[in-house]
Amino acid sequence: MARLARLRFSDEELDELAAQLSAVLDHAADVEALDVSGIEPTSHPQPLSDVARADKVRPSVSRAEVLAQAPSVADGQFRVPPILGEAP
Amino acid sequence: MTAGAIAAAVAAGERTARSVAEDYLDRIAADDSEIGAFNLVLVDEALAAADRVDAAVARGEPPGPLCGVPVALKDNLCTRGIPTTCSSRMLEGWRPPYNATVVERLRAAGAVVVGKTNLDEFAMGSSTENSAFGPTRNPHDTSRVPGGSSGGSAASVAAGFSALALGSDTGGSIRQPAALCGVVGMKPTYGRVSRYGLVAFASSLDQIGPFAATVADAAACYEAIAGHDPLDSTSIDQPLEPIEDALAEGVEGLRVGVLAELCGGAPPEAPAGNGAPADVSRGVEGVAGDVLSRVRDAAETLERAGAEVRTVSVPSAVLGLSAYYLIAPAEASSNLARYDGVRYGLRVDAANAAEMNVNTRTAGFGAEVKRRIMLGTYALSAGYYDAFYGKALRVRTLMLEEFAAVYNDVDVLLCPTAPTTAFELGAKTADPLLMYLNDVCTIPSNLTGHPAISVPFGRGDDGLPVGVQIMGPALSERLIFRVAAALERTATGEGSAP
Amino acid sequence: MSGEAPERETALPDGWELVVGLEVHVELSTATKLFCGCANRFGDEPNTNVCPVCLGLPGSLPVVNAAAVDFAMRLGRALGCEVRPAVFARKNYFYPDMPKDYQISQYDQPTNIDGRLELADGHVVGIERAHIEEDTGKTTHVGGGGRIHDASYALVDYNRAGVPLVEIVSRPDIRTAEQARAYVRELRAILLSVGVSDARMEEGSMRVDANVSVRPSGSDELRTRCEIKNLSSLRSLGRAITFEAGRHVDLWSSGERPRQETRHWDEAQGRTTPGRSKEDAEDYRYFQDPDLVPLVPSAEQVAAIDAELPVLPAARRAELLAVGAGAVSASDAALLVERDQDELVRAAVSGGAEPGLTATRVANDLAVDDWSRVTPASLAALIGLESSGQMTATQAKQVLAEMVETGDEPASIAERRGFQAMAGDDLAATVDEVIAANPGEWARYRDGDDTGRKKLSGFFIGQVMRATRGRADGAAVNRLLQERAEPA
Repeated sequence: MARLARLRFSDEELDELAAQLSAVLDHAADVEALDVSGIEPTSHPQPLSDVARADKVRPSVSRAEVLAQAPSVADGQFRVPPILGEAP
Repeated sequence: MTAGAIAAAVAAGERTARSVAEDYLDRIAADDSEIGAFNLVLVDEALAAADRVDAAVARGEPPGPLCGVPVALKDNLCTRGIPTTCSSRMLEGWRPPYNATVVERLRAAGAVVVGKTNLDEFAMGSSTENSAFGPTRNPHDTSRVPGGSSGGSAASVAAGFSALALGSDTGGSIRQPAALCGVVGMKPTYGRVSRYGLVAFASSLDQIGPFAATVADAAACYEAIAGHDPLDSTSIDQPLEPIEDALAEGVEGLRVGVLAELCGGAPPEAPAGNGAPADVSRGVEGVAGDVLSRVRDAAETLERAGAEVRTVSVPSAVLGLSAYYLIAPAEASSNLARYDGVRYGLRVDAANAAEMNVNTRTAGFGAEVKRRIMLGTYALSAGYYDAFYGKALRVRTLMLEEFAAVYNDVDVLLCPTAPTTAFELGAKTADPLLMYLNDVCTIPSNLTGHPAISVPFGRGDDGLPVGVQIMGPALSERLIFRVAAALERTATGEGSAP
Repeated sequence: MSGEAPERETALPDGWELVVGLEVHVELSTATKLFCGCANRFGDEPNTNVCPVCLGLPGSLPVVNAAAVDFAMRLGRALGCEVRPAVFARKNYFYPDMPKDYQISQYDQPTNIDGRLELADGHVVGIERAHIEEDTGKTTHVGGGGRIHDASYALVDYNRAGVPLVEIVSRPDIRTAEQARAYVRELRAILLSVGVSDARMEEGSMRVDANVSVRPSGSDELRTRCEIKNLSSLRSLGRAITFEAGRHVDLWSSGERPRQETRHWDEAQGRTTPGRSKEDAEDYRYFQDPDLVPLVPSAEQVAAIDAELPVLPAARRAELLAVGAGAVSASDAALLVERDQDELVRAAVSGGAEPGLTATRVANDLAVDDWSRVTPASLAALIGLESSGQMTATQAKQVLAEMVETGDEPASIAERRGFQAMAGDDLAATVDEVIAANPGEWARYRDGDDTGRKKLSGFFIGQVMRATRGRADGAAVNRLLQERAEPA
């Protein structure tokens, strides 16, 4: 799970975290135990649909302004350490 | 001075925006070292903005509704070229290339931004102790927390550092600190205020809203920032009703429901009005007796003012906390994935990109943020989605249905904002679940997307402020402001003070 | 794509059947990206078409591009799909070219489901879904001679991040490598015809992944499949499928089994190789994107799309073939439809031009971007001059080229250039002169068999063409040569 979230924990941290998370999940047992058959999920409080914008170009942000915030830059691009794995 | 009085004085040329800004900046300079409300005070920017307002007034341009009013922004609202940190090491020094929509609207209304306020890191917390830059203290008692996550904004208004402040409310992060700091705090209907430029915590729950010393000021601030924004797909495209004229209307004939499940379970008095089930005594845990007394006082006040008050039941309200602590972390785990050290903010380097991500995130996030990312990652993961996240979404449906039913019988609901008054710093930091219970009364409105307001109403046994909460159905802002104004008149002595 | 030499695929050994499904990503040719107003443009300076939204900056929010949704639905209807209410979901995984470290895609509720694509030979391939998603940025691995493993760092350009894609997922209904190529060709023709993508494999605006497995002939089972990536041309696609199928048959035949994995096609080596391991276990933690709202197309919207759909390539090819009653070849028909020149040809034919010659002339000699000056009437006039023998094929090509430039009538161009096919007597005289000048070649021609003559006729036609500066009709020269070799 930590790997999926790209986080690292020491063994002690993991123990503490496990205890804290299980306390929260125990509290969530009331939700887990609930019979919700026949109830549709609500992902969103507002029943909106079909909100879209026109296909019109708006100005982009200047590259200098964008790259000024980057930790590392080369050749007008964002520079990162070598990527070992492949994208899905 | 209220925001309304400042705007009137500046518009009439009786005071300059600059002199107002200087007063507030002086107060911040003198006292904020004790409170810690601000991550960043924008002295030069505030004075320049005040000068622009004065110049506009001098030119005879129509003054904005918040003309010359000093406002503080929670530091998770993007300000162009001005650091926006979310009180996280992760974003230390980041200068967004754009303004949040609410920032643009405040400026258009003539407001003067005086600074960026402290918060629990990425708005995750209820005490403003989870800040990478140190805690904010409660102006009423600096050994106590101001609540959270918008603790800096609440403290700013309570301490007189700004006439108004903006916060964000995902599970109570405006209303709970407003209650603990003795100010008015309001969460609008989901979609009423654009989220564009609010650094996301949990996107289906986050709403920006105002803090103010008075209900009228909160309403004016809300009106300045609300309205449709084409940059936010979830923004509601419906006209706003003017609120100011409603504030004096009173509550005669209004039907007010005291929400039993959030008032300690047992109906304070009177049988349930909407056929509440027998197990209505199953209420949320931990609501203190002195807080319940103030809610009862508020109910009586409204009744005396002509409202029809009864106890009502929304059984699923007790499930809110559990559902929230599955949904919010799930969305957060995804929203916070982007802090990977590639494009902005902190980077802790490594031999390869994936390890760089891990180093950066491990160093950049505090313990509470990591805890929620882990919880959310778990709730969304393949084997557990149906049991946790999927069920939590169905609880949300259940709550929407039950609240809709109760709003057939009553116009607004009354309940506590926070279960207790402000607690000591450090009192709850060791036990996340204990801290989460602070949000038990505020969470339902986030899950349903309904508006809610906390208004100061008396004090607890410890002499600290208590807030009571008015909730209403979607788009009922005008109504809840109206009820809050009626309570405010009592609380400030215009009626029989509790 | 059309210019590639057909490659004969080796059939699988007896008793084995190929099972292929294709996943094709196409970039939609909208003016802006899927969720922001940045320009959707290939080839610009890195990181110049970026904004808070497509860089995934904190606080930014997506708003879907109405044109992208419309394009996707048009494509869906062209593929015979059912267009349905859809929601956007987040696919969560970390990768430096993904600004938000999740991709906005459609998961369990895609816009288009259950379509079909009929190949030119009548074979039908089912379409499982065609959903909308955003593209990623582009990563360049620097150092280490371009090999990823040895790279010293990587650079990321987000111009492509957020460009609208539709992913078209076929059912595993493809049974030969040629069918796979035909499927992609046909899909491309449909994309061009509907006008939603420029669908260029070389530029990456159309990207094809192949899921390949094999099974005993006659069986219904689906065995372990491998996903083949890095297929940058139709030729690669065919070769990769053939190679991979052979590899699977070898493994099964020797009692082993393929591993389910992603493999890459190595064009130079002519084989697939295992992909690098993925960094994380695949758990994308899909959930509905709370920043976006559902798309709920109305029946009227879908009906309007249907009403505006162009005649699709398959129907246009059929019309062209019908016009010539067999005179137009299938390959010319495919090419003309692909180049949008079928209407021109059909109009010229209805203006009296000879169908087969019209189709061939346009297919072979009108491969230009702008042929707007060539009208059906002028084309018909040109073909008339050629088919009546008043102009040679060579001359007709030159006149057509000038028509493209000037839009002038073929007769006036021919006159200006002094073109008219040589009168028969003049041509015969020239042929005799050439024969007399090349006695050795002539002897070999006269005494040779058919094959020998064919070789040498090219020589004589070339000589005659040179002597007449191209005004001779090659077919007429050939006829004269044969008459002289075998006098009646």
